Amino acid sequence: MTLPGAFRDWFARQGWQPHPHQIALLAAQGDTLLIAPTGGGKTLAGFLPSLVALREPPGGLHTLYVSPLKALTADIARNLARPVADLGLKVRIEDRTGDTRPAQRARQRVDPPDILLTTPESLALMLSYEQAPAIFGGLRRVVLDELHALAENKRGDQLMLCLARLKALSPGLLATGLSATVENPAALADFMGGAAIIHADPGPDPDIAMLPTARPAPWAGGGGHHAIPEVLEQVKAARTTIIFINTRAQAELFFQALWAANEDNLPIGLHHGSLAREARQRVEAAMAAGALRAVVATGSLDLGIDWGAVDLVIQVGAPKNVKRLVQRIGRANHRYNAPSRARIVPANRFEVIECVAALEAVAERDLDGDPRGPGPLDVLCQHIGLTACAGPFDAEALFREVREAGPYRGLTRADFDACLDFAATGGYALRAYDRWQRLMLRDGLWRLRDPRAARNLRMNVGTIVEAEMLKVRLRGRGGAPLGEVEEAFAASLSPGDTFLIGGQTVRYDGLREMVVEVTRQPARQPRIAVFSGVKLATSTQLSHRVQALIGEPSHHAALPPDTRDWLDLQARIGGLPRDGVLVSESFPYQGRWHFALYGFAGRNALQTLGLLMTRTMEDAGLGPLGFLSTDYALLIWSLDPVRDPAPLLDRAALRAGLGDWLAGNAVMKRTFRNVAVIAGLIQRNLPGSRKSGKQATFSSDILYDTLRRYDPDHLLLRITADEARRGLVDFDRIEEMLDRSSRHDHRVLDRVTPLAAPLLLEVGRVPIAGQGRERLAEAEAAALMAEAGLA
Amino acid sequence: MTGYGFDFDGQRLEARPSGALFWPARRWLIVADLHLGKSERMARRGGALLPPYEVQATLDRLTAEVAATDPETIVSLGDGFDDDAAAGSLPDQVCARLSAMAARRRWLWISGNHDPGRIDARLPGTGCDQIREGLVLRHQAGAGPDVSGHFHPCIRLAGQRRRCFLIGADHLILPAFGAYTGGLACDDPALTELVPEGIAVACGTRALPLPAGRTARRPARPRHDRA
Repeated sequence: MTLPGAFRDWFARQGWQPHPHQIALLAAQGDTLLIAPTGGGKTLAGFLPSLVALREPPGGLHTLYVSPLKALTADIARNLARPVADLGLKVRIEDRTGDTRPAQRARQRVDPPDILLTTPESLALMLSYEQAPAIFGGLRRVVLDELHALAENKRGDQLMLCLARLKALSPGLLATGLSATVENPAALADFMGGAAIIHADPGPDPDIAMLPTARPAPWAGGGGHHAIPEVLEQVKAARTTIIFINTRAQAELFFQALWAANEDNLPIGLHHGSLAREARQRVEAAMAAGALRAVVATGSLDLGIDWGAVDLVIQVGAPKNVKRLVQRIGRANHRYNAPSRARIVPANRFEVIECVAALEAVAERDLDGDPRGPGPLDVLCQHIGLTACAGPFDAEALFREVREAGPYRGLTRADFDACLDFAATGGYALRAYDRWQRLMLRDGLWRLRDPRAARNLRMNVGTIVEAEMLKVRLRGRGGAPLGEVEEAFAASLSPGDTFLIGGQTVRYDGLREMVVEVTRQPARQPRIAVFSGVKLATSTQLSHRVQALIGEPSHHAALPPDTRDWLDLQARIGGLPRDGVLVSESFPYQGRWHFALYGFAGRNALQTLGLLMTRTMEDAGLGPLGFLSTDYALLIWSLDPVRDPAPLLDRAALRAGLGDWLAGNAVMKRTFRNVAVIAGLIQRNLPGSRKSGKQATFSSDILYDTLRRYDPDHLLLRITADEARRGLVDFDRIEEMLDRSSRHDHRVLDRVTPLAAPLLLEVGRVPIAGQGRERLAEAEAAALMAEAGLA
Repeated sequence: MTGYGFDFDGQRLEARPSGALFWPARRWLIVADLHLGKSERMARRGGALLPPYEVQATLDRLTAEVAATDPETIVSLGDGFDDDAAAGSLPDQVCARLSAMAARRRWLWISGNHDPGRIDARLPGTGCDQIREGLVLRHQAGAGPDVSGHFHPCIRLAGQRRRCFLIGADHLILPAFGAYTGGLACDDPALTELVPEGIAVACGTRALPLPAGRTARRPARPRHDRA
């Protein structure tokens, strides 16, 4: 296909020249993956083949567009309206998301538009309707937007299963993936089930550097508040700035500090996922209208509507991940062919090193990313149930179809059968449900036993499992919604407690009909809301770069002088962590022995290692009292010193400990809950009854304990263990750390080392309740008795 | 396991950490809301296929209580079965287990809103609406003083939700003993109306008494799970 004259004229009238990648996509004969930086006309490129084909609409659904964000579908609909009107195309474009009215949904089922804009969840739902073959039978094209973001989690796995389904319903259908810059385009193409890759011109190198500050970064902490004056100067000099901060709580605090110093009253907003939708939309609208000079944001602004006016991105805190940093930088200056401008503010000394390492990686265009695991089986369980909702299916045919989906290419028949058994009978060792199977095999086809089950299955669609959140609202009739906090946080509040939300300090008054009621209370020192979200660990590749930078004194020239001095001192006193050498130190401090291990394995893995090692230390009688973990190091304090860490790091012992410890662990229970919701064991919402958050958590814990006790080989426990190993528990990275350390350098010293000093200032200590504490208590009791003359 | 001893309606009673009530003077073991067959009932009605081990789990705990207290009489305080059909379709080996537990003892099944019908012939013991023998025992609290179940009271303690006894002047309300049972926060109006002031005894490895009722300060909790 080439660009017709009318379209060429239209481009010319806009003063545009079609990009080579737009033309290339038009010519493509098969599935394609377009990799283009932000501002590269990616979306138009994705739709151009459809618009050209729709000069004469064949009727029925022609193109399906899937985006990770509901907001994006509305935005796309508006943006497409212009070329469609200009070109006089008779094309109907509609969106279909969770917000679409029921009447519209019903109509779309009988009379679909030419182009339908939707999300992965809505697509999965539509595919579960009996009318799915009629709706999608004539589909010609599928456009998958922001595919790099979807591929990061289970939404992508579900989407690929749906794509396989669509291809079965409409053979010959063409899929186009649109992605920002990624480390491994071939892997993303494989994820799509195989696609030709088109690279757009990546544009000029970004203008990116560390932001010099008058006050050096502090030794510990993550706030970045030392840089407030310089950040304000930058905001003043730029037109519009996005200030990215890693966590919601830190964003709240930074925003507050920024305003405290904002003497010119520059309009600055706040945007994060825990704010009320209304509050977020206000900020987005103000941003779009050019009314804001800056917005402090978390990952909530990583994707989404392009704001052409943004000309500066400031990243506060360690970037953690080079790929994400590059994608964030791309948010600055959406004009193609102009370099994006970004400044990084390390929040502490360790992060200074990480930022330098990340800047080197950006300059070398060396992106990171962990390879995707195989398609998760809980998502497949859900897919099988939804497939049955659409109509009876043949197991062999479904198995073959599922293996067409990229993530499930290597799926074994045994695993498929286990998922089918789970969907049909629950998959229990005790065959209790033969009479009440969910799916029955009749005439060679699997089908729902009771059609009423379809409703439950459809209500449970999707792979996003939110932490249970409660809305926060100002007290009084029609009080303004402020945002959401985790249910667990709300439960810890007593009337009169204060916390920070949406940049304001509020006082907790009470809980009413599942809404947290608060009053504004400007002057009080707030407690900080604990927001949800797994703490992102620094990527493996970036950690390696940091370790290599620290361990190679000849490269220290790249570091600021104070950081250089710090590492020089460490080189003289202790040892520098370096490639292939695992460095640890034992030293006394304030009457306790401390053991510091520089593992560079990310905070989740080091936290797991801390839990496992303190168990072994407890058994060895060393009296561990507590530990803390950062992305780089683990610090354990104890009554007696660790003289030989080798037994504590014995791989077999760690593995065995992992098995025991995982048994009753809260991390596992949380992972199990997510798996159980996705697979459909636990209902997200029961029709007709409002199941509140805490009760779901309660019952999933009971189910977990019950399964572990009575059915330890159950499929969901297997999925949970696999997932935790890679995710929150991150045991794989402990193994990786041991694999790459051929040597272990342990030193026992008489005082704190320079490298360990910042660790002593870190927060997030995990206390260990063991013999160490008992010994302390006994010693104290004995001292008291002696003082009283009784001993 | 350490229980909590207290006086109610002139009788000395023990709140067991398991959620069972023991009456030492008569050697009665009283359990509320076993909800046996809950997972089977959910499956029958097209719901989720929960791990079908809740009968086994509940009976394991009940067996341990019977072994520990050697009661003369076992009382199920209503909702012993998730519905009458669930009672009818209990596997034979479960009925045999119940019969073995009931050997040389009396077993009384008080009917509840979930199991209003007659006791299945394969089960030991006899059914009744309520019992008046020194104490008044019924499924749902009425004119006090009485001992009842039905509400599945729960309380938040150290960041965890625990099943609990509620002890007031007029009513003693037992926690649900069944494995898959949700709960109602003990500061819910339905419960504070019955026990405006009193003691909650949280279940767990030990029975822990706490102040309960309208005046006790607790974070508000979600409501009853009827699923």
